[in-house]
This record gives sequence, C-alpha cells and structure tokens, in this order.
Amino acid sequence: MANNNFMELRKEISAVHMMLEDLQLYLNTHPSDRDAIAKRNAFVRQMRMLKDEYNKNYGMISQDDSLSPYPWQWIDEPWPWEPDANFKL
Amino acid sequence: MWSYDKILQYPIRIKNPNPAMATLIISQYGGPDGELGASLRYLSQRFTMITPEAIATLSDIGTEELAHLEMVGTMVYQLMKNATVEEIEKAGAGAYFTDHGRGVYPQSAAGTPFTAAALQVKGDPIVDLTENLAAEQKARGTYEYLIQMADDPDVIEPLKFLREREVVHYQRFGEALRKVQDYLQEPRLFIMPKPEFMNNR
Repeated sequence: MANNNFMELRKEISAVHMMLEDLQLYLNTHPSDRDAIAKRNAFVRQMRMLKDEYNKNYGMISQDDSLSPYPWQWIDEPWPWEPDANFKL
Repeated sequence: MWSYDKILQYPIRIKNPNPAMATLIISQYGGPDGELGASLRYLSQRFTMITPEAIATLSDIGTEELAHLEMVGTMVYQLMKNATVEEIEKAGAGAYFTDHGRGVYPQSAAGTPFTAAALQVKGDPIVDLTENLAAEQKARGTYEYLIQMADDPDVIEPLKFLREREVVHYQRFGEALRKVQDYLQEPRLFIMPKPEFMNNR
C-alpha cells in the first residue's frame, strides 16, 4: 500500500489543500479579489482530479465524496495519525 | 455540518518516542490556549457575529482548528506510542500515564483537564474578535515555548507549521475586526459603544 505514488499523491493533495485553506481565509476578508477567486477555483478543480485519482487507486479519502467498492472501504488503514499515512517532507 | 478527510493538514512522522515532550505538547490539545478551546471559541461565537466577512472567518478558522487538534493529538500519540513504561516514568510522564496510559486526553501540560473557562463567548462582535486576536497570540507564544523545548526536527517542523497558522489567523481576525468596526462606523474607536438601554438610566 505505502508505495511512492501513494505518498506522492497524498503530498500533492496536502499541498493543494494548503492553498485552498489559505485562499479561503484570505477571500473571506477580501471578497472582491478577482484573481484570488480564480486561483482558488483552479485549485478546487485540481483537488477534484487528485482526489479522484486517489480514490481510484488507493481508496476513500473524503467521507462525502469518495466511492467505495465492496466491501466497505472507509474502515481501511491507514488513519491519518499513523506515521505510515504521512509523507516525508 | 462537517465532512472528514482521511489526511492530516501537515504530515507528522515522529521516529523517536519522547514521553516528556508528549506531556508538554498535550497543552495545545486541551490546555488553556489549545486547539480544542480555539475551535469551540470560534465556532460558538459565529452565531452572534455580524458582517459576512467576520462570520465566514470564524466558521473557517474554527474548522481549521479542528484539523490542528488532530495534528496535536497525532504528535502526542506518536511520541508516546513506542515508549516503554520505564522510559515514561524516567521522563516524568508517570502521572499522565497513571491516568491515561498512552491515550490522548485533553488536558493542560500542568494536568488540568480541558475547561471552557479558558475561553469566552460574549455575544458582542468587537469583544469576541478582540478576544480572538489575543487567543491567537497566546497560542503562538505556546508553540514558541514548545519549539524552544523540542530538539527533534520531526517534532519541531509540525510545531513551526502550527505556529505559522496562528500568525495567519491573527491577521485574518484583525481584518475581520476592521470590517466590523467599519460596519459600526467607528473606525478609530477601540472602545465599546454605549448600549441603547443605558440612555434612560
């Protein structure tokens, strides 16, 4: 499970999430920044593709968005607090 | 409502157990300036906040604090996980081990269980946002003390990330406070407006 692509994909998801988080907070107090909205929307699209790829290859990552094969996959490891769920920086 | 993603906001891979550090970092889990208190403070203040900007800021920062709570809990978990009982005792973490084993319990470094007494929801937009500015600075200070006491890069890096987020949150709360002040048309007065009912007393 813990192969390079798995970690690489989690790293990319983490990086894009960080951009989304920061732009979201910024936009809340700068709602008229057109460029920031465009950037944020681009990251949303990128995140959808990344999570889709993750879902297809490594299982469920988002409670509401990920599809599960049989049997139910949400209960599968790794949980985020386990070291093996975390990529090296 | 919320939706969960099975990934930490910032990666944590701690190779070496360190029970002493675990029982210090626990303060940012359930201590007076910790992430649980931060999240509850902001998410609870939302209901009576004014201006769209400040309401969204509370909602999103309160949500991000839950991700930070998970990160801090992960650090405590990984620092305690492979420590022997002997190591735990030697590290001065025997009192914590007595009550919680290797579990993650919301308490301060000094052992006080989590209490909402360390946070406030006043139902007044200026008061609440001002409290939040102080709260972010107190949390930043705590992370700096922890970073000063840490010697393992696996521990220091996530602590640095969390410290940086406090700085960003402080900035956003400052902007939200300015929006609220503009809305109340008192841009230069850092005092409380006189409530209307006081006029006939």
